Formats: sequence, C-alpha cells, structure tokens
Amino acid sequence: MFGILAKLLMQVRFVAGALALALVIAVAAPASAQQPSSVNPTASAVQERQLLQELNRIQGRVTIPDKKSDVLEQPAGREWRQWHQVTLRWIGAIAILGMLALLVVFYLARGQVKLQSGFSGRKIVRFNGVERFVHWLTATCFLVLAISGLNVTFGKALLLPLIGPSAFSIWSELAKYSHNFLSFPFTIGVILIFLMWIGSNIPNRNDVEWVKRGGGIIGNDHPPAEHFNAGQKMIYWIVVLGGGASAVTGYLLLFPFYGTEISGMQLAQIVHSVVAVLFIAAMLGHIYIGTIGMQGAFEAMGEGTVDVNWAKEHHSLWLEQEKARAGATGATDAQRRATAAGPAE
Amino acid sequence: MARMKFLCDADRCIECNACVTACKNEHEVPWGINRRRVVTINDGKPGERSVSMACMHCTDAPCAAVCPVDCFYTTADAVVLHSKDLCIGCGYCFYACPFGAPQYPKVGNFGSRGKMDKCTFCAGGPEADGSKAEYEKYGANRLAEGKLPLCAEMCSTKSLLAGDGDVIAQIYKERVSRRGYGSGAWGWQTAYREAIAT
Repeated sequence: MFGILAKLLMQVRFVAGALALALVIAVAAPASAQQPSSVNPTASAVQERQLLQELNRIQGRVTIPDKKSDVLEQPAGREWRQWHQVTLRWIGAIAILGMLALLVVFYLARGQVKLQSGFSGRKIVRFNGVERFVHWLTATCFLVLAISGLNVTFGKALLLPLIGPSAFSIWSELAKYSHNFLSFPFTIGVILIFLMWIGSNIPNRNDVEWVKRGGGIIGNDHPPAEHFNAGQKMIYWIVVLGGGASAVTGYLLLFPFYGTEISGMQLAQIVHSVVAVLFIAAMLGHIYIGTIGMQGAFEAMGEGTVDVNWAKEHHSLWLEQEKARAGATGATDAQRRATAAGPAE
Repeated sequence: MARMKFLCDADRCIECNACVTACKNEHEVPWGINRRRVVTINDGKPGERSVSMACMHCTDAPCAAVCPVDCFYTTADAVVLHSKDLCIGCGYCFYACPFGAPQYPKVGNFGSRGKMDKCTFCAGGPEADGSKAEYEKYGANRLAEGKLPLCAEMCSTKSLLAGDGDVIAQIYKERVSRRGYGSGAWGWQTAYREAIAT
C-alpha cells in the first residue's frame, strides 16, 4: 500500500520536473531561435581594399608547388612602371645628352689641351701590360653593357621604328645575352681596378690644391699631381662604387627570387638604371679627356708610355717620384757595380 | 565587341583548384608554369577567402607599357596577348604585373628563362586562329570558336566568371543583392580602375 503511494508520488514529481524543464526551454527558446539569423557570414571576411591599404599587397597561401605565386596582388608595379617609362627616360636623356652637349661646347670653346712644351721624344712607362689589360677588359665590357642597357630603356622608342619589330627583337635578345654574360668579366675588371689602383687613389692635400686651381681644365694652369690627379681619382671612385652598385643590383635582377622578391627587384632595377645612366655620362667625360680632349693622353693607356714632357706638365709629382726611384735604383746599381768591381781591381 | 574580364566571387570559391587543372590541361601548359592559381587569404582563420587569379587583361596594361620590345597587343575584345616570337624573356613584365601573371618556362636566371607565358583568356596568340603553331605556343583558342575561357566555364560553384565586363558585373551585383553580402570583385580596382558598386 505504502509502496503504491510512494510510486505515485515519484511519478507526480517526475511529471512536475518535466513540466518545469519544458517551461524553462519554452522561455529560453525565442532567444536561441533568433541566433542563426543574426550571423553575418561576411562579418570577419577579408576585404580587398583593407588588405591593400595595410600593405599595398595581398599575400595568402597556394597549394601548387610554386610558393612565390602566393602573392595575389601587388599594385606597386605601377610606380615602377612610371619610373621606367617616364622618370628614368628623363634622367637618362638629361644625363647623357647633357654630358655630350657639355663636351661639345667645351671642345669648341677650349679645344684640345695641347702639350705646351712639345714632345721631348723621351718616353716613360705609365701603365704596364697588366694594368692596360684590366683597363681594356673593363672598358670593352662597359661599352657593350652600356649600349645593350640603353637599348632596354630607349631602344623601343629610337631603334624599333627604324628596323622593325622582328629585327629589333633579334638585336635585343643578343643585347640581353651580352648584357648578362659580359657582366661577369666586367665585375672581375672592376674588382681588379679596385685592388690594383687603390694605393694611388686615396684623396690627399694635393687634390685640394688641384681642384682649387681648376685642375688645368679651367684655365691653362698645371697644378702638381701624383700618379692620379683629383679628376682621375674621381673617375676611379665612380668606376669602383658605380661598377660595384650596378654589379650587385644587376645580379639581384639576373637571379630572380634568390635574393629578393618582386618589390626588391623593382628597387634593384631603379638603383641599377640610375647608377648606370650616371655612370655612362661620367665615362663619356673620361673617354673625351683620354682621346680628343688632351694631346698625348691616349698613349698612356694605348702603348703604356707617355712623353716625359706630358708627365712633367700633367703629373709633375709622379714624374719626380719616378725619377727619384730610377735615381735610387740607378745609384744602387752603380754602387753594386762599384763594389763588384772593387775586389777585382 | 565585348570588353572581356575575369571576376572571382570569393564568397563562392571553395579552393578546389579545378580552374588551375582545367587551364593546364586545355593548353598543355608545361610543368612549372601556372597560368592560373588559387590563393587563400587568412587560411584556416575565420573569414578566410580563396581567390582564383590569372592575368586580368588590364586596361592600359603595365606589362605592355614596360616591355622593351613591344611584344604585347590588345585584341578587339580587350584581351591582352603577346607574341612569343618577339619576346626576349627579360622579365620586365614580371616586375610590372600586379597579379604575378607572367610565367617563364625555365628556372634560373632571366638570361635563360625562355619566352614568357601567361593566360590568354583562351584566345591564343598572333598566329592564325586555331592553327597548330598557335596551339603549340599559346594553347587553345576557344574564343575564336565562340567559347569562353574553360576555367570559368567549368567552375563548379560558378565562382569564377569570364566574359563581357558589363554582363559579369551585373551577375555579380544580382548575387550580392540576393544573398546580402559580397567581398567585392578582387583585382578590379587595380586592373580596370573601377570597382563594382553593390
């Protein structure tokens, strides 16, 4: 009897509990039912505009083996395009044509710098065979690199309309191969120039004096100079630093993705091209003064010897040093001869 | 004539890479070259999106502007194509392209990378339409057959759209207004200097 009552009571409690639970769920239900409709599937979605504003590029992940293709967008190419198509052309044209115009005006106004005391007929060695080999190795490479490089920037506008697209493509491909492969001997040449002539190219007090007196370029003065005068030292450092900078940036471009990615290559191309056009302009000045600009100058790098009078006028301190050295070795030779002859007598 | 464009609806792309495979197969693209790829942004995080990307056939294309030998040309359908006979493989288009589209057949330095290869919008090259020479250099010319690019045609979720710019922009607008959201036409601002107002 008690058992039946207790069982009934338990059932009542169970039903009541179930009712209470149902009530709680019913009350809570509307709140949870609203949840799905308030979800915005794009709430946390990446936005193109925001990503571009943050880094000016969008990068993600790709499943293909070419991992560098994970850059989705990089609009920086536009600025590079502006540089390559407009700015660089202006800088190049002004630097190179400006230098040519300057040299023509200078030649017409000043003419060739003559040897004032005339040729003595006696020669003195200025550059030995190794020095001349290194110079001409670098120089020939430079000429090919300069022409093939200018072709990339100006060829399309200047040469393409003259010879037509297929001939221009053949020429440009040859130029590109020459540019790429001659960069190696050119770099070796620049390194050898750096090592070979560093000793005589450290600026010193004589250079200040030389510049103050116009270096013989302005006026007919002949300020004293050692093996290299301040102007030549400047050329040396232009070759070493300009050659070095164009070599480093050039190799970054030649081996894409080994050193940098696209943005780095754009920057490397900017440095490479601006250094190159300024380098070319400077070398035009160097070529001028070494050929038609000055009497007796070319033979220094041609045959390797210069006239003693030329040395006296343009490199007086160097001539004195050479004479002193020759005198010293001459004296020791004489002494040696004297001592050798002594016992025999 | 139509102004052909690509549009990838990133809210639909499921990163199946079928467009990549279809492209490679249709044009017999050699190993190492991917004319099309799928990039996933914020992979594994909430709000990740995948975008299928290839050459966008830009208005006033940067590749064409910087090319030192002028080997690019734009068709009447505004598809940007190039001549592999004129290309010297210098890599300049690669520096200028905002979408990483230009590809080179050989790994190594630019001196020996070979002729550039890129998406042709399934429109071949300068050779005669449908010729063997055209197929060998640039792949199939579906446009000449009256067909649209295969990548978009076989996209299982119809995420990738290809066709006249106005038409695909309209399709995208309708989708966005119906479903209530859209992460935008990726690359349009960069390629065409215009976004789709939704």
